Amino acid sequence: MLPQPWRVASAVRETPDIVTLEVTPEAGVDAAAWQPGQFNMLYVFGVGEVPVSIAGGTSGRVLHTIREVGHVTRALGTLGAGDVVGLRGPFGTPWPIAAARGADILVAAGGIGLAPLRPVIETVCRERNAYGAAVVLYGARMPADQLYPDVYDDWRAQDIQFEATVDHADGDWRGNVGVVTTLVRRARFDGASAQAFLCGPEIMMRFTAQELERAGVAPDRTWVSMERNMQCALGFCGHCQLGPEFICMDGPVFAWPRMRDLIAVREL
Amino acid sequence: MKKLDEVIGEHPFFAGFTHAQLELIAGCGQLAQRKPGEFLFKSGQAAQHFFLLRRGSVALELDVPGRGPFRFGTASAGEVVGWSWLFPPHQWQFDGRALDEVGVVQFDGVCLRGKCDADPVLGYALMKSFAGVLVDRFLDTRLQLVDVYGRSS
Repeated sequence: MLPQPWRVASAVRETPDIVTLEVTPEAGVDAAAWQPGQFNMLYVFGVGEVPVSIAGGTSGRVLHTIREVGHVTRALGTLGAGDVVGLRGPFGTPWPIAAARGADILVAAGGIGLAPLRPVIETVCRERNAYGAAVVLYGARMPADQLYPDVYDDWRAQDIQFEATVDHADGDWRGNVGVVTTLVRRARFDGASAQAFLCGPEIMMRFTAQELERAGVAPDRTWVSMERNMQCALGFCGHCQLGPEFICMDGPVFAWPRMRDLIAVREL
Repeated sequence: MKKLDEVIGEHPFFAGFTHAQLELIAGCGQLAQRKPGEFLFKSGQAAQHFFLLRRGSVALELDVPGRGPFRFGTASAGEVVGWSWLFPPHQWQFDGRALDEVGVVQFDGVCLRGKCDADPVLGYALMKSFAGVLVDRFLDTRLQLVDVYGRSS
């Protein structure tokens, strides 16, 4: 599967080290439909390829929010409108949003983990009557690290209980301070029926899942999005293997019971 | 209008308490309000109360000389704030400041300690509830120390 040429339509600087690229297919490229939770492989010509979650858009206009942590992601961060990248995808398992229809839905994101959950939130906003209570809990390190701050009020206007917290407050921040698990205790939802979608650092997902279980959410109704060293995205290379699972192919979205014991193993 | 024992009986902190116990505890409590910016308690002062938050948010802060207040946590409606009243020297270690209009049930710690000493079953029930709050805060603090969103994560 070869990378296809996609052109950067816009590049939005979210934070000093996070950028959102909107890409559109070049003429003749077949833009496959994607589902929330899936990822694409983005290729910077001559530099390398990385997996990036799909953060929104349509089949012909796809958003990727990228944190610059290595040489490929730093190269992606230098791109601007008109530049061309290679794209393969979409890959991986989606969030099972349909399973939450008719029930309460709880989204808990940490840091850049909000990016792959944004399409879930937007789906709920578009089909608001199909769900019960909708809760979005978002934790970040500092207020300036928060992603997409301009859309929070739009989500609240759609009857989404959106609560944000930061680990460390500064300046004029008047919101919550503390880890995201504290927000689970304050959220109003029916634990017996809720489906929960989590994405963030593994330690954050682990303790959030525990807190959700205390709130009555059965582990098999909690879903997590995993990130490992995905290189081929086809289950061939084995770099992303975690125990018996290939994150790129069997995931990245898993029911929590499939990951609960694996992520606690230091050697994996 | 609900009686105070009914008000506190609806709070998860008092889940499992008997009606008689709630009446005893309510005898040491009263409804109170704080305006934005007002302190519920200040570091160094005698810790004579604890607070069950009914509405609004409270910032938990430590004043650092030269830096100003360092906010390490917030508490919101449905949560309990304050355990310094339980243990000697019964002195607040941090500041609690209202971030908006705050409504609380304010409990007199001296009154409650007396009732707990006289009724160990009540004292044990109250200690169990406070131990749950302490365990949560301890875990939250440890996770904050991990700095999970740090640049290397």
